[in-house]
Amino acid sequence: MKNPLNLVSTTTYGRDLNLEQRQKKATIWKALFRLSTLVGVVALAILIISIVNQAFGLVAIEDTNDRNGFISTSIKEVSKTELIQLIETNLSTNRVRTLDREEPLVERSRHDLMALVETEVFKQRIVDSYSLFGSIFTPNTFRDQVAKKHPEAIVEFKSWFTPQFLQESMSKTPELAGIRTALLGSLYLILITISVAFPLGVSAAIYLEEYARQNTWLSRVIQTNIDNLAGVPSIIYGILGLTIFVRAFEPITSGRLFGYEGANGRTILAAGLTMALLILPILITNAQEAIRAVPNSLRQASYGLGATQWQTIWYHVLPYALPGILTGTILAISRALGETAPLIIVGAATYITKDPSGLFSNFTAIPIQIYNWTTRPQQEFRSIAAVAILVLMFMLLSMNAVAILWRNKIQNKR
Amino acid sequence: MHKSISIEKDSSDSLGTAQQKLFRNNKRWSETIIKAVLTMAGIVSIFTTIGIVFELGKESFLFFSLPEVTLKDFLTGTVWQPVIGKFGVLPLVTSTMITSLFAMLVAIPLGLGAAIFLSEYAADKTRKVLKPILEILAGIPTVVYGYFALTFMTPLLRGIFGQENVEIYNMLSAGLVMGIMILPLISSMSEDALHAVPRSLRDAALGLGATKFETSIQVVFPAALSGIISAVILGISRAVGETMIVAIAAGSGPNFTFNPLKAAETMTGYIARISGGDLSYDTPDYNSIFAIGLLLFLVTLVLNMISRHISRKYREVYE
Repeated sequence: MKNPLNLVSTTTYGRDLNLEQRQKKATIWKALFRLSTLVGVVALAILIISIVNQAFGLVAIEDTNDRNGFISTSIKEVSKTELIQLIETNLSTNRVRTLDREEPLVERSRHDLMALVETEVFKQRIVDSYSLFGSIFTPNTFRDQVAKKHPEAIVEFKSWFTPQFLQESMSKTPELAGIRTALLGSLYLILITISVAFPLGVSAAIYLEEYARQNTWLSRVIQTNIDNLAGVPSIIYGILGLTIFVRAFEPITSGRLFGYEGANGRTILAAGLTMALLILPILITNAQEAIRAVPNSLRQASYGLGATQWQTIWYHVLPYALPGILTGTILAISRALGETAPLIIVGAATYITKDPSGLFSNFTAIPIQIYNWTTRPQQEFRSIAAVAILVLMFMLLSMNAVAILWRNKIQNKR
Repeated sequence: MHKSISIEKDSSDSLGTAQQKLFRNNKRWSETIIKAVLTMAGIVSIFTTIGIVFELGKESFLFFSLPEVTLKDFLTGTVWQPVIGKFGVLPLVTSTMITSLFAMLVAIPLGLGAAIFLSEYAADKTRKVLKPILEILAGIPTVVYGYFALTFMTPLLRGIFGQENVEIYNMLSAGLVMGIMILPLISSMSEDALHAVPRSLRDAALGLGATKFETSIQVVFPAALSGIISAVILGISRAVGETMIVAIAAGSGPNFTFNPLKAAETMTGYIARISGGDLSYDTPDYNSIFAIGLLLFLVTLVLNMISRHISRKYREVYE
């Protein structure tokens, strides 16, 4: 880098330095740099907008069972008792009993009963749907299209995100499908992942930062190894999980060893352990940084008072480093929450309606549902995939926000 | 852990007994045990690596010992159809390379541009707003990017190049979206490297009459080059190992083509598809995902090692 600009060399000396042109070039490039930063921001905006665009919009609804066969007037004019009658005569006794058990039919509101008749007696189904922006700017295109294809259908605006979406389990009909099983699956998964990865990761970080300062060959090997593991694609962890946790440890992960009637090793436990291995390198690196930030004077003071090494770590280093460690852990967990590929390999079920009941149950997770719904051709499944993405992003963003706010608070305190 | 706590309690009882204990328990077994436990936790990571290498190696060995598979055909064959016993990995490799290439075509210029802007030009306030936004981009799950590729990028590309030219699943869409995903990685790592270049270098260049652009490109950028190159290599490694975007948007079914507008399955996409279905163990299909996994692992490992080597060895240290 000797005289990189050639500014003072003999050739340029005394010559026109071409300032105007150089300034112009500088301005253009500055604009380009700014533009490339903006592309990132714009990409994020488009991404969010395109998801919201799918999550709301006009839908065309049609009865599977023609309602004129049941009632002669509009449903709004049917009295409450008649509605109950409709339900009791047209649904199976079992179904009526289940509904009654959830909440007695007589005590239900008129609105509630109307919705029941619509979905269960008339079997209303969504036959066509439209994006949000289409619905706002060119709703008539959609109306014409529906009028041609489904003359009986009613067009109305629908938010695909409903409270039911969080409460219902999977269904083959998109408008009835919900994310409950997947949400619970993801939460179970995270719980297992944390409880395995956190103690392991923090212990390893303590070892590397506090005990291995002498730079032994073992600590060097471990450190290099962790650096390498951090770059291994997540799908490889999935393969590892498949061979080790699903197959080799099958008696344990299927729960057979503990007397459970586990069918195979493709359980939530196997997936949680796989995820724990996946986030371990990230967690260790984050924890190491937090421990490294603890001022050495703290350790010296503790030793000076006669504390042993472990006492110093437990009573002084860890409390000081804990907020940093926890922030790093939250970030690692949010990585695990969105990870999909390893779960596919380990064998998350794509269609499952039973809530996970314990360590040894089969499971599904939110990213798996998003993947599953995205790959289906029907537009309606794309819409519920979009809603599932919104749920997932909300969880991730709130976790990250907590981590960032926490970090800032601690930094300001010190 | 219990042991250490009990010692602490004892010593607070009375100074005399504590001192006596201190000298009696000179060896401090608890300390040794704790250290051993912590060391074991560190060693778990080594077992992870051993597990990966061993399992990939073992199953790949089983794959290559199948009569219909030879290493030469595997590495040079252009047809991957396990049903008819054709195991040429090239179609999967080329599509991985094509998607990664387009990802890097997006991520390198934009990422470096953003890094230079944030580090050299942006005011503190702007930086504080823009950096977290890019960090959000980095934190979005890849399955969401896959959704984005399929529902936004692909229709956009089909609008631009024509429905008949662009297949519903195509490598270009997956590659471009992957570029957006990798952009924040490259920009944040490069920005760190640029930021670490001392002010005196910039001041000297500016003092010699250089414009801000010339300072950034001819002085600061070369000084941070090792960090930037390692960021780029890490980005490539991320692109090669990325699964969900290509599994959703690049198509399923190996296809030996260099046309990015066509559908072709990548290595990761193949692994995800095969293992996502009802996979029966110890079949050629099952074993083949390990051979491809091993290839993937080796490629990313080498890239990561090069990246770290460059950032460590060629780092210019200024004091």
